[in-house]
Amino acid sequence: MLYYSLKRFALALLVALTVSLISFSLLYISSDPAIAMAGETATDADIEAIRQLYGFDRPILVQYFDWLQRALAGDLGQSYYFRTNVSALIAERLPTTMTLGVTAILFAITLAVPLGVAAAIRPNSLIDRIALFLSVMGQALPSFWFALMLIVLLSVNLRLLPTSGSDTWLHLVMPTVVLGYYAAPAIMRLTRTGMLEVLSTDYIRTARAKGLRPPVVLFKHALRNAIIPVVSLAAVQFGFMLGGSIVVETIFALHGAGFLAWESITRNDLPTVQGLILVFSLFYIVLTFFADLINAWLDPRIRIN
Amino acid sequence: MASSSKSEPVKIAAPLWGRSLRHQGVVIGALIVAMVVLIALCAPLIAPHDPYYQDLLARLKPPVWDDRGSWDHILGTDHLGRDYLSRLIYGARISLLIGIGAALISGLIGTIMGVMAGYFGGRVDMVVTFLITVRLSMPVVLVALAVVAIVGGSLQVVIMVLGLLLWDRFAVVMRSSTLQIRSMDYVAAAQAVGCSTTRVLMTEIMPNVVNNLIVIATLEMAHAIILEAALSFLGLGVQPPLPSWGLMVSEGKDMMLFEPWLITIPGVALFLLVLSINLLGDGVRDITAPENRN
Amino acid sequence: MTDHVLNVKNLSVDIPLADGVLHAVDGIDIHVDRGETLCIVGESGCGKSLTSLAIMDLLPKKAIRTLAALDLGGESILDYSERQMSDIRGNRMGMIFQEPMTSLNPAFTIGNQMVETLHRHRNISGRAAHDLAKHMLEKVGITAAAQRLNQYPHQLSGGLRQRVMIAMTLLCEPELIIADEPTTALDVTIQAQILLLLQELQTEFDMGLILITHDLGVVARIATRVAVMYAGQIVEQGTVEQIFDNPMHPYTRGLMQCIPVPGKTRPGEPLGSIPGMVPSLIGRFTGCRFADRCSLVTDACRSDDIALRDATDATQAYRCILDPRAMAKVA
Repeated sequence: MLYYSLKRFALALLVALTVSLISFSLLYISSDPAIAMAGETATDADIEAIRQLYGFDRPILVQYFDWLQRALAGDLGQSYYFRTNVSALIAERLPTTMTLGVTAILFAITLAVPLGVAAAIRPNSLIDRIALFLSVMGQALPSFWFALMLIVLLSVNLRLLPTSGSDTWLHLVMPTVVLGYYAAPAIMRLTRTGMLEVLSTDYIRTARAKGLRPPVVLFKHALRNAIIPVVSLAAVQFGFMLGGSIVVETIFALHGAGFLAWESITRNDLPTVQGLILVFSLFYIVLTFFADLINAWLDPRIRIN
Repeated sequence: MASSSKSEPVKIAAPLWGRSLRHQGVVIGALIVAMVVLIALCAPLIAPHDPYYQDLLARLKPPVWDDRGSWDHILGTDHLGRDYLSRLIYGARISLLIGIGAALISGLIGTIMGVMAGYFGGRVDMVVTFLITVRLSMPVVLVALAVVAIVGGSLQVVIMVLGLLLWDRFAVVMRSSTLQIRSMDYVAAAQAVGCSTTRVLMTEIMPNVVNNLIVIATLEMAHAIILEAALSFLGLGVQPPLPSWGLMVSEGKDMMLFEPWLITIPGVALFLLVLSINLLGDGVRDITAPENRN
Repeated sequence: MTDHVLNVKNLSVDIPLADGVLHAVDGIDIHVDRGETLCIVGESGCGKSLTSLAIMDLLPKKAIRTLAALDLGGESILDYSERQMSDIRGNRMGMIFQEPMTSLNPAFTIGNQMVETLHRHRNISGRAAHDLAKHMLEKVGITAAAQRLNQYPHQLSGGLRQRVMIAMTLLCEPELIIADEPTTALDVTIQAQILLLLQELQTEFDMGLILITHDLGVVARIATRVAVMYAGQIVEQGTVEQIFDNPMHPYTRGLMQCIPVPGKTRPGEPLGSIPGMVPSLIGRFTGCRFADRCSLVTDACRSDDIALRDATDATQAYRCILDPRAMAKVA
């Protein structure tokens, strides 16, 4: 188990480095950071001065290692637009996004897992068809449109929920639903498939032959095995939510990292964008790493090699 | 050791039509997709107005089913007086172009990577798998937004960016399909006879992974369409005055309370198109390789 | 006369399929007493596993069972609800399956899976349950029982897992155990050990044992009585001595000829075999199901359904229209 973890950790590190290199070069290749930094009213001389001052004329790899060095120390540079430390900026905005993400994935799981289990218990029944129908519908629904429709319906017409802002938990309801629904279909399908498979195994037959009651057979014996891949998937979906948070936070005016991404992108604030790409990637890498570990831990056959 | 112990993969052939008809999802999906394609192709013929023509005197007219609507503008007009039906029709072109373009580019990249990894194994496989992991760790929306913002938004840029980012599922599925096919006896037979690598790839491997390729292509097409809509909605995709459906929703959102059709109509169009492409893809997969369901 | 531990009358199992109804089991009557081992013998597909599942009411949802009577320890359990059946399963009636490698849940320890039975049926948990489980593991010949309780199934070999299954089934001291090919998936040496173990435990707990197998060697070793099944029907039944020394039904005879007997079979002499295949059981079937493969077949064999008839000794019965004296004359 330890060896397995170390191997995965080393791989994760390598991936993180590669991602940072790629995003760094992407941004620096596709634009001139000196121009972006100087702003719109700068003269050519100003731009050149900035270029020299900040070392934008050095080879990309040199710039990258410079940036990497500072990044490892926690310094992600200065935001052009906000005029503050990028790390501080991101650190300030991240908790909102995390809260939103956690509630969203919990929402998705609470919706999808029971539905998947119910569908698996009675395959081809009404509940099964409804579950599959909802999952197909859910995957085709554009999140931004769903958000707007919900706002029109719940905030304006029915006056049930506030439109934007983040003062009370009520403010989180619609953003949670909009961010979470997209993860639900995949989770539901995997739960359903997993349960169907597990329910036809020999050990479930043994459990029934022992006279265990149906809820025990279902939840203790079956689900415990079927849920293993679902945990991984949920972690992966949680990672995707960071990307989805850009749209959701922007529409609902939540001041999280996703909204920051939109703000800094539209203002060509390269250091912030870069920092965000790094943070988002790291987050995703860490998440999949832990998902792998949890996966291995949940299965005694891997845990006790 | 007998080759009969491994089952032959299903090749797409004429008998498939009979089974398709029984699968309602595929039929509905295929019909709607065909309809959208037809509409997009015949846009100049069926659009009642020029989608770019602004008639400020006729701004924000509701669709025909509203009391104040008229048959002149069946789906109403937007804030610049442009006919919504015409914009919707031309918007179909954009969505389809995005979908097909991005799917082609990412399909090419991903298939080459996946098949190479699956066929040659060893170091090639290691590198490709690593690249896939790297790509999966990158926040697609964020990177796409950033690149488009820097390079400038346009139809071509969006297609390129999405094409260069959405190849991961192609690579993963093509790799596993190739791995599976490579172990089949008929591949070994072709190699034993002395066929060149290219020939083996073209005649033995490709025809058998094509089923999965089509399924993934439809799914990624739908994925690209939704992503472009989101990008355009955020202002960082296709630029005005192009009638991208995502852009139409964005332009209409300020007025959505009193003129809701401005966002409902393009939204429903997006939903239906993506839904039908997904149904088509799911259906094709269920028919040709139901074991790949997850 | 005391009641049989298990009494089954006219058991049929039908499975609706796309091309018709498969009559997998047709009119089976069996009974077992305490201290008795009934072996149900037959080839794959003859319906013996379905019979055992039907008795436990564990058939797959599509299968339909019909019974005239089903009594456990004299009590009718024919119309028991699922809830009542689950109270009996693992408690008064236990089952051991064929594949020990996959019959235990990989996610829980042996101890956990054993204790849950005690908790379910005897309301015993904690230390007391743990001790009982340990005691039972030792009884089935597992050394270092305490450690085994904390191990997971994948850490045990096939033979050990089967012992665990047996121990688990015995925890509530059932009146009846049904063992469906318990040794088929095991090495030959382990097979012998497991069979011996089952015999000892049966004597100690005074249970009825139904052992399903396709291996006549197992039958010879462990059976008190034998029921030979073919194509969903019992074609012969009797004591183990009767079946081996005086098989009546052509199928049984054919089976006996397939076994090499040390001392009797001469080297170089070909072993017997039964030509042909089991008939399809979909839809209505008239006449003897063995007709196509029988060397003694006549037209009368195919025209009507054949009932079981007594042999010269009334405790033996066979399903053939030829009468006992004529059968005795056949080589």
